[in-house]
Amino acid sequence: MSLAAATTASQGREHDCAHCGLPVPPGLVDADASEQFCCNGCRIVRATIESCGLGQYYGMRTDEAATPAKPTGRAYVELDDRAFLERHAPAVRTTVRAIELVLEGVHCSACVWLLEKLPRVLSGVVEARLDMRRSTLRVTWDERAVPLSKIARTLDSFGYRPHVGRDPEVRSIRQREDRRLLVHIGVAGAGAGNVMLLAFALYGGYFHGIEGEYARLFRWTSLVISLVVLLWPGSMFLRGAWAALRTRSAHLDLPISIGLVAGTIAGTINTVLDRGEIYFDSLTGLVFLLLVGRFVQRRLERRAADSVELLFSLTPAFARLRRGDEVCEVPVDSLTPDDLVEVRPGESFPADGVVGDGTSSVNLALLTGESRPQSVGEGDRVFAGAVNLAGVLLVRITASGRATRVGKLLSLVEECSRRRAPIVQLADRMAGWFTVIATGLFAATLVFWLFVEPGHAVDRAVSLLIVSCPCGLGLATPFAVSVALGRAARQKILIKGGDVLEKLARKSKTAPILFLDKTGTLTEDRLSVVDFREAPEGAPAHVRAWVAALEKQASHPIAQAFALEAAADAPATLHRAHATGVEGTVAAHALLVGSRDFIRSRTRTVTTPGWAEEASHQMSAQALTPVWIAVDGRLVAVAGVGGKIRSDARATIADLSRRGVQVAILSGDHPATVKAVGAALGLGEASCHGGLSPEDKVRAVEAAAKGGAPVFMVGDGVNDAAALSAATVGIAVHGGAEASLSAADIYLGRSGLGPVSEVFDGAERTLSVIRRCLAVSLAYNVLAAGLAITGVVNALQAAVLMPAASFTVLGMALWLRSFAKEAA
Amino acid sequence: MSVIYLLMPLAFALGGAAVWAFVRATRAGQFDDLETPAHRILHDDEPSPPDA
Repeated sequence: MSLAAATTASQGREHDCAHCGLPVPPGLVDADASEQFCCNGCRIVRATIESCGLGQYYGMRTDEAATPAKPTGRAYVELDDRAFLERHAPAVRTTVRAIELVLEGVHCSACVWLLEKLPRVLSGVVEARLDMRRSTLRVTWDERAVPLSKIARTLDSFGYRPHVGRDPEVRSIRQREDRRLLVHIGVAGAGAGNVMLLAFALYGGYFHGIEGEYARLFRWTSLVISLVVLLWPGSMFLRGAWAALRTRSAHLDLPISIGLVAGTIAGTINTVLDRGEIYFDSLTGLVFLLLVGRFVQRRLERRAADSVELLFSLTPAFARLRRGDEVCEVPVDSLTPDDLVEVRPGESFPADGVVGDGTSSVNLALLTGESRPQSVGEGDRVFAGAVNLAGVLLVRITASGRATRVGKLLSLVEECSRRRAPIVQLADRMAGWFTVIATGLFAATLVFWLFVEPGHAVDRAVSLLIVSCPCGLGLATPFAVSVALGRAARQKILIKGGDVLEKLARKSKTAPILFLDKTGTLTEDRLSVVDFREAPEGAPAHVRAWVAALEKQASHPIAQAFALEAAADAPATLHRAHATGVEGTVAAHALLVGSRDFIRSRTRTVTTPGWAEEASHQMSAQALTPVWIAVDGRLVAVAGVGGKIRSDARATIADLSRRGVQVAILSGDHPATVKAVGAALGLGEASCHGGLSPEDKVRAVEAAAKGGAPVFMVGDGVNDAAALSAATVGIAVHGGAEASLSAADIYLGRSGLGPVSEVFDGAERTLSVIRRCLAVSLAYNVLAAGLAITGVVNALQAAVLMPAASFTVLGMALWLRSFAKEAA
Repeated sequence: MSVIYLLMPLAFALGGAAVWAFVRATRAGQFDDLETPAHRILHDDEPSPPDA
């Protein structure tokens, strides 16, 4: 393709990838083809889907994938392991098994169509059912006809990389819990509705008269239904209250249960004695509404946790074991020390080990926070979780599983999260006061009326307990929190629990402290060309495009940084790619791009120009990797490659400081580098801590927490995970490692730091919504209690007042603004 | 005897049947996924092969 043709094509219109819909980089536009692809992965996937006769998929889509497909071409043979199948894929019939596979890249209804056509593509697959919300495909297959590995390969070739869900037992326990709660809601709802109907008849009779026979019938029927509701779905509150009593802690279930139990006993006695009020309509309605509140909150918390689990794909679940001349894929768990494994470029190491053969560079950023790739050769140590960047390595394993460095870090994470004290939520703290005040008032009312009017004493005291039952309190928190979690999720901020919002927004005497990790958090995790210095005597005009054209053919991440930088359309021939540089011909010029030593070993120039050495030093001080570029044997430029500081980092830090949050950096990178980044962001040297090990980070977080201030940690790597779980609230940023995602309370699904401010904003607004709801519900309770003590309120008025309070609170929780409604 | 003694047991039998059906459906997992069926219904059936 000529240069001119490419220019016209890119001037014409932006091309979108025919598979994923992302814009096609100008260097990859093929002017002659009708379909453009952003990468080879998308091209292969589209061809595969069309060859299966499923090309309709592209016409049906309502929403594009928006992530390039990357078929891995893996064999997935570890899925055919007997022990694995027994554990994860229970047999449905003799040879038919079912398994749930978590898929990457599920995005719209066309995916449902495509994936559920699996039985047509592969004979032996009995059924495939997709759950879109959880991106989980349930596959039922006949193991005699088709192995699971083949199913996995097919899914992979369609661009949906399959993963095995974490633990089938945990999932089935959760599923049972969810179903039980839903059953409870159904029973409570049916019971409450029927009791309400009977109550209408009784209230009608209250005004217009009713025969004693029918009144007794309705009251007894209400009693029976209410007992079912209270003892079956309502037992949840009674158990919660009992647990709170035993541990002497405040919990909202306690005052709720006091109200429920008092009402039930009084109602039962009144039914039996055929006098006074029964309270069953209010009680059953209360149980129903409270259950609905809990269900809604649980659903949204679950959704956030499920979405985070989908991102678990960074540590490899398999390894390439070398036995003699053969290479086979085995599960990581089966590796033992002294095994030889092969690790290809772009893969992460499955275990700790020593390089036995090959040279490459590795990225340890996830483990240490050190952003610059390190070169390794025979005899060097490599660690599980680090990424192999350049060449194929043969590694002799020294430690696997929990004995690896990552494994030890993960046990540290668990230990930190166990030590973390749970907070007593606002509603629960209020509940403690509620219980004390309500029982105190109950006793006072009882004693007072016993002297004044003994016949009505018990009735009035009981109606006080019932109207002061904190139903608004019990409803406000779950609804306000679930509205906030739902809105945050739409902004791609996943929050794992409602208490997190309270921890974020709670006022403290000392200023809260926020620690930021540097690599991957403040800086982008993708490498790019940050600095470019040409020789004083000048460089050829197209040198950057030439380098891009050459580097496009290499796979090293530094090469990728150049390749993405400029339209690379000059004809280029790559002669050789080494771990430290590349050599090639572009537009009839000989090009050398690589490290200082690589260039020096390949050019005849013995002395290196002073400007280049100086530029290299300056770049190294800023944590950039200097890359030298020589054209036709003459050094023409030095480029600094590294992680760019995120564009919104400075604004976010300024915003947080304005809120009175102390911001500091905790990084594993060299202290000088950290200070340079800190200075660029307006942070003083005192708040930039570099050279920290993961344990040091935990110590820094814990030391800060000693002062009593809430400590927030924002990070991405495995090295931050322990600190994330030790902090009051841990926030994992977009693209973080699996360990940090599971340790953090909040996951930011958008890149950049901007969402951090949004999280703080949203938490504050949510808490103020909760406070306002509580104030209203308290006002209702005080009013109703006052009326009950004086005996002014009768059964009908109480019956109207209580739901009115609940619905006002509900309305407020639903309509007040917490997180912004739609994604900006 | 008033008709209410006939109607109330009848009403509760019907209501009880509905609750029983709901509990059964929930326990069978019919409410586990409320999102995908809404998409699935939109897909056309396969045209049946002419010789079948």
